[in-house]
Amino acid sequence: MGKTIAEKILSEKAGKDVIPGEIIVAKVDLALVQDGTGPLTVEVFDKFGFKDVKPDKAILFIDHAAPSPRKELSNAHNILRNFAKRTRAIVSDVGEGVSHQIMAEKYVKPGDLLVGADSHTCTGGGLGAFSTGMGSTDLALAFGLGKVWLKVPETFLFELKGKLPEGVYSKDIILHIIGTIGADGATYKAMEFTGEVLEQLSQEARLTISNMAVEAGAKAGLIPTDEITKAYLKENGREEDFKEIKADPDAKYEKVFTIDVSNLEPVVSFPHTVDNTRKISEAKGVKIDQVFIGTCTNGRIEDLRIAASILKGRRKHPDIRLIIVPASRTVYKKALDEGLFDIFIDAGAAIMAPGCGPCVGVHEGVLGDNEKVLSTQNRNFLGRMGNPKGEIYLASPATAAASAITGEITDPRDYLQ
Amino acid sequence: MILKGKVWKFGDDISTDHIAPGRYFHLRTNLPELAKHVLEDAREDFASKVEKGDIIVAGRNFGLGSSREHAPRIIKLAGVAAIIAKSFARIFYRNAVNIGLPLIEIKEADEIDEGDVLEIDLANGIVKNTTKGKEYKFVPMPKFMLDVINEGGIENYISKYGDYKI
Repeated sequence: MGKTIAEKILSEKAGKDVIPGEIIVAKVDLALVQDGTGPLTVEVFDKFGFKDVKPDKAILFIDHAAPSPRKELSNAHNILRNFAKRTRAIVSDVGEGVSHQIMAEKYVKPGDLLVGADSHTCTGGGLGAFSTGMGSTDLALAFGLGKVWLKVPETFLFELKGKLPEGVYSKDIILHIIGTIGADGATYKAMEFTGEVLEQLSQEARLTISNMAVEAGAKAGLIPTDEITKAYLKENGREEDFKEIKADPDAKYEKVFTIDVSNLEPVVSFPHTVDNTRKISEAKGVKIDQVFIGTCTNGRIEDLRIAASILKGRRKHPDIRLIIVPASRTVYKKALDEGLFDIFIDAGAAIMAPGCGPCVGVHEGVLGDNEKVLSTQNRNFLGRMGNPKGEIYLASPATAAASAITGEITDPRDYLQ
Repeated sequence: MILKGKVWKFGDDISTDHIAPGRYFHLRTNLPELAKHVLEDAREDFASKVEKGDIIVAGRNFGLGSSREHAPRIIKLAGVAAIIAKSFARIFYRNAVNIGLPLIEIKEADEIDEGDVLEIDLANGIVKNTTKGKEYKFVPMPKFMLDVINEGGIENYISKYGDYKI
């Protein structure tokens, strides 16, 4: 019987033919934790009496509160640094950036099983890896035993058809999908994407789609690999990591959704759930206090280029703060070399060190009471950005940049040359 | 295992940010302190009033959002014996199994009210509302997950068996 991408990768990692619904034990290739979840992983790892990490790579990312804004977190960071000194685990420290971006640049390979104590680990699905988020204890076991228990998910197929209009991006596609199927529309399932639209999306744009699979409740967001994947790996100096990953033609899907993107408008998620989406024509005019461009969703070089193309020669509205956080050191350096920082600085932006930035509500742009932020991040839950009296709106980097100029939610197509 | 307790009601889409808000990120290495804020952004009085053995009953997609295992851990630490919801988010469900906090999905969660007393039979898949005299059936967890719950979590399970027994 034909297999979906999820079933293919999990069969290989379990060493047998798996079927949806089955509980399996699977070999882990890559495992990650971050500064919010990692200290608990270390505590549990030590309780088990494990001595060293088993996966090919176990990586501890200091990205959520980096650099540390307070002593408790500085101490938490040191738990991770000390763990790396006594094991094969690697630390990705302050200034390196967000785990999911660095995994995409340096580590995750098509066909891998990547588990991470961070819900947006699903980003790796954009490179054809079965990549999923779980808890700190799971990661302690993945570190110590080199394997995890998994329930094999059924797969929902999303066929993306048509031609993506100008001013509309992969962020708009995935917000549209989540708005359509709901924030629990794919709970426990693997989402797999296919169709002619993928050819119109760069590897970076694809990562944005996989990144948000969890916002529909999914376990993974899988995209087949192709020449675009290969070119991305080559650009990052690891062409040899390429492997063709695709579903069998006779694979069985629990549901198939066909999405025509040809008439899609920019999309905005309103507070306080990601599926509360509106078209830009029904969203524009909402006054905002802050714009944030960055994160594992939309803090890549392509995102910053799009934002810069809109902000070039313009200034942010005087009543708002514009915060820009490149997702990784590599993105940061590219943006600097390409002159994007000049554009951002002249536009009145505050550019912060690579990392998660204000997305997690710890630092670098916590909202005041009754304030509204338009962000390129993936999540707008009540209290997410540090204040339950604030409101979070989600959109693409283009919509964010255009809105920074006017001080209200704005259609980016008004600013395209 | 039979669990008996009184109900706290919550609505749909209770996220990990409601349960363990990001502004207490620095307390993640101090679970007893973090537990004082459990579910604070959904119900401010919950942490101070919840009693050992109480049961949470909620709507759709309970626990959506982050992978923070601290969320189910502080719910358990606060004394909650089980959570019943119309549905659960995946990572929260997995984390709860791993730490030995039973979760039950029943569609009729709306029929249960705050303060009702429930009896839950995990192995046989029965929830009895002794206040209202009603009974609901649910599909018990697969054997592996039930074994983990019965051991009180995967830490005890792995300590006992040395590996996953699947």
